[in-house]
Amino acid sequence: MPDSSHTDAFVEFERVQKSYDGVQLVVKDLNLSMPKGEFLTMLGPSGSGKTTCLMMLAGFETATHGDIRLDGKPINNIPPHKRGIGMVFQNYALFPHMTVAENLSFPLEVRKIGKSDREAKVKRALDMVQMGNFGGRRPAQLSGGQQQRIALARALVFEPELVLMDEPLGALDKQLRETLQFEITKLAHRLGITVVYVTHDQTEALTMSDRVAVFDNGKIQQLAKPDELYEKPQNSFVAQFIGENNTLEGTVREIKGDTCVVQLDDGGLIDAVPVNVTKVGERTRVSIRPERVEINKDRLQEGAHMLKAEVLEFVYMGDIFRTRLKVAGNDEFVIKTRNAPDQVRLEPGTQIDIGWLPDDCRALDAPSK
Amino acid sequence: MTDAATEPDKITGPTPDNALRAADKADSGPVLAADGRPLKQSLNRALRAQKIRALALIAPLLLFVLVSFIAPIGDMLFRSVENQIVEDTMPRTVQVISRWDPATDETPDEMVYQAAYFDLFFSAEARRHTRLGQRLNYESTGMSSMFRSIGRDLDEFGEPYQDAIEASDPRWEEAGFWYDLMSGEGANDLLESRRDSYMRLMGQSQRTVFGDVTCGIGSVFGNPCDIALEDVPLEFSLSNDITEFLPLTAEAYSDFTVFTVLDEGDVVAEEEPWEAVYTALGIDLKAKSQAEIQAYNGTGADALQAAYTALAEVEDISFRDQFIDADPDWGIQQPWQVLQTYSAAYTPGYFLNAVDMQKSPQGWELRPENQRIYGLLFQRTLFMSLVITFSCILLGYPIAYLLSNLPARKANLLMILVLLPFWTSLLVRTSAWKVMLQQQGVINDVLVWLGLVVDDGRLVMINNQFGTIVAMTHILLPFMILPMYSVMSTIPQSYVRAAKSLGATNWTTFWRVYFPQSVPGIGAGSILVFILSIGYYITPEIVGGTSGIFISNRIAYHISSSLNWGLAAALGTILLIVVLALYWAYDRIVGIDNVKLGG
Repeated sequence: MPDSSHTDAFVEFERVQKSYDGVQLVVKDLNLSMPKGEFLTMLGPSGSGKTTCLMMLAGFETATHGDIRLDGKPINNIPPHKRGIGMVFQNYALFPHMTVAENLSFPLEVRKIGKSDREAKVKRALDMVQMGNFGGRRPAQLSGGQQQRIALARALVFEPELVLMDEPLGALDKQLRETLQFEITKLAHRLGITVVYVTHDQTEALTMSDRVAVFDNGKIQQLAKPDELYEKPQNSFVAQFIGENNTLEGTVREIKGDTCVVQLDDGGLIDAVPVNVTKVGERTRVSIRPERVEINKDRLQEGAHMLKAEVLEFVYMGDIFRTRLKVAGNDEFVIKTRNAPDQVRLEPGTQIDIGWLPDDCRALDAPSK
Repeated sequence: MTDAATEPDKITGPTPDNALRAADKADSGPVLAADGRPLKQSLNRALRAQKIRALALIAPLLLFVLVSFIAPIGDMLFRSVENQIVEDTMPRTVQVISRWDPATDETPDEMVYQAAYFDLFFSAEARRHTRLGQRLNYESTGMSSMFRSIGRDLDEFGEPYQDAIEASDPRWEEAGFWYDLMSGEGANDLLESRRDSYMRLMGQSQRTVFGDVTCGIGSVFGNPCDIALEDVPLEFSLSNDITEFLPLTAEAYSDFTVFTVLDEGDVVAEEEPWEAVYTALGIDLKAKSQAEIQAYNGTGADALQAAYTALAEVEDISFRDQFIDADPDWGIQQPWQVLQTYSAAYTPGYFLNAVDMQKSPQGWELRPENQRIYGLLFQRTLFMSLVITFSCILLGYPIAYLLSNLPARKANLLMILVLLPFWTSLLVRTSAWKVMLQQQGVINDVLVWLGLVVDDGRLVMINNQFGTIVAMTHILLPFMILPMYSVMSTIPQSYVRAAKSLGATNWTTFWRVYFPQSVPGIGAGSILVFILSIGYYITPEIVGGTSGIFISNRIAYHISSSLNWGLAAALGTILLIVVLALYWAYDRIVGIDNVKLGG
């Protein structure tokens, strides 16, 4: 791994592979390096290997091959309870037979911390998640959101430097999830802890993380900052998985430096940024974000390619308008326009021209058939 | 582990539960439905169909359980206090003996012996007196033979009177004369009360509406019932005059009538009366003065006059002497005391016996040392059940743990091994232990072969407590494993992982996190195993010998060998109460809500 000289890496995966049955690899050649204090999210559909990675880091699964290092030391052979890694589970995993305070003091007890010290730390941790008055309750007496706060406090009370979170907000309703997302990020930054966060919710990944690793099929498809991930997806999986996305298929006709011309299957020509295409004549799938599609010709560059489109459906969504178009044979082409006083509302049935800045249109790998 | 399970109260919508709660809260009069009726009422109406349907679905099972399980058990438990046999067999004696005070150190007076004579004569004719003998034999050994011997000799007690009466006038030997003498109007109450007495003696109750319906159905299919005993015509009507004049005779003749018609199916007018009727006539006439006899001018006045004269020559019969002649034991206080003590229709006697006590004139007291066995048996049963339960926990817990942590396919295989004993007959398994444990058995052979045990010092592992404990632990083990397994399989792995991630070692994780959550399974399994073993019968019977048997073996003995069902019922009731008390205590200490048999 070229990165192994990286001395500030706190968590490191090097050529890690994992197989459960000896036939299939669940994690294929994983390389990842995180600096201290980073909030990294592993995002991906179920079965993509993200949770397996987390469990290997926590020590509940052993890597079939490769090294996992924590703060420079290999931890492959260290049992979970000696790794000192905090962990938050999707189902909270609060011990039902203990009170909240007992749950929190459990990690301190097993570390043989004195009683008065323990009580002070428990109180501080509870206050940190604004649950100071709930120490005497049983987990079953708390709501889901409260339980997850306690689980968070329990994972932090023994002051670990690394905290792993396995879809911690998956069981909560939307509003609560958003509140807690905000709180967790704030807390993580304030305490300066390193967090590995697993989720399949892309909004969560984008809003919370310093960096996001998109997993699919046992591999990291792209590891980047949220904005880069959204705006500059490296392949069509990432483009599809993150946010709403329009795709059109065609063939590369011309490549000029950092722009190219793609001829769509119905003959129309468009400008795009070549990402995964290298030569003329290659099949490609271009991707355009709905909010980057322009219906006003004046805002486009001189000589920009335009496409004919037919309006199929107009949906009023309050802050934006969502319009479904038929473009180059694709009748699932969606555009989003801001609800401004001067914005036109497109009537279904009308024919319009659409275009975009070449930078917003990315020519990615064609889907294998 | 979803959220919904932890916060059901957060649902604020119009669920049925919420609606009911809201209805309860509303103090300002009942909430009304759209049609103006109270909401609760219309809700009940709406749910009625559902309830009826639910009831209809369980009705067959409910009926089956009621008829085949609850009713027999109730009847059996009732036998533990039921004691009507004394009153039913000797009603007249029970009435007069209550006036006797055993503290006077004397046997009861002649009246009691006389009442006993008439009672026993009647029940001996019906061949029922030995049953009472058996019953009282449970309380005092020897009573059974006393009743048998008195039953044999009873016929001759009244012979002097009968001979004198029959010699005085030949008509006294004619059935028709007797019939005419006793016939008349107005005293049928006495006759009917004797019929009632007879039915109680024979253990026949009046036919109920249910019986009538059964008979009605039977007759439709050409299988009609006999006429109910209470409806059979006696074809005799007792005269009031003669009843007032000769009360004992009327009563004895009524007994005779009832028995002749109901038991033998004969016609009264054609049968010569029993000796007891002559005896009664003798007693009645001897109690009269000459003037009273002459004042009587009804049917057969001359024959009565002749009998009266003849009887004057005969010495009074002493029933007491006759009883003592038949069996000298009737001349001491003991049998009469027992009869008086157990004359009530309900008795605590069986229960006292079941706790090694007895009833005496001085009150309740412990039995003599050498007669106490049930206390010891109860203690042993409880102790051994505890040992068995405990060994089941020790052996079952690791298996259940393994089962719940293995992948499904291997767990299924192991589960089959656990369930295998269930598919083998209990008797076969127990007999197998016999083969294994006996002195010439497999285990001893192996130990001798290994040289661990010398050949003439083979271990005794069967026909004692050890054998019972080993065999029952094996047999009851699945009942411990299954509830444990079902609880353990609901403990999510994330608890263990969470504990480890928090820094707990494997042992701490198990002891502080896993074990407390598996306790409900241990509780459920323990209750199951303990309650099963406390009432176990077959295994202790086969491998228990004498020192390894349980209280249930004693119950079985009383049910099938000694036929003392009352005592068996009392022992069973005590066992039931002990189990319920333990269950209650367990509920108070552990909480029955914490016991999970599944899910």
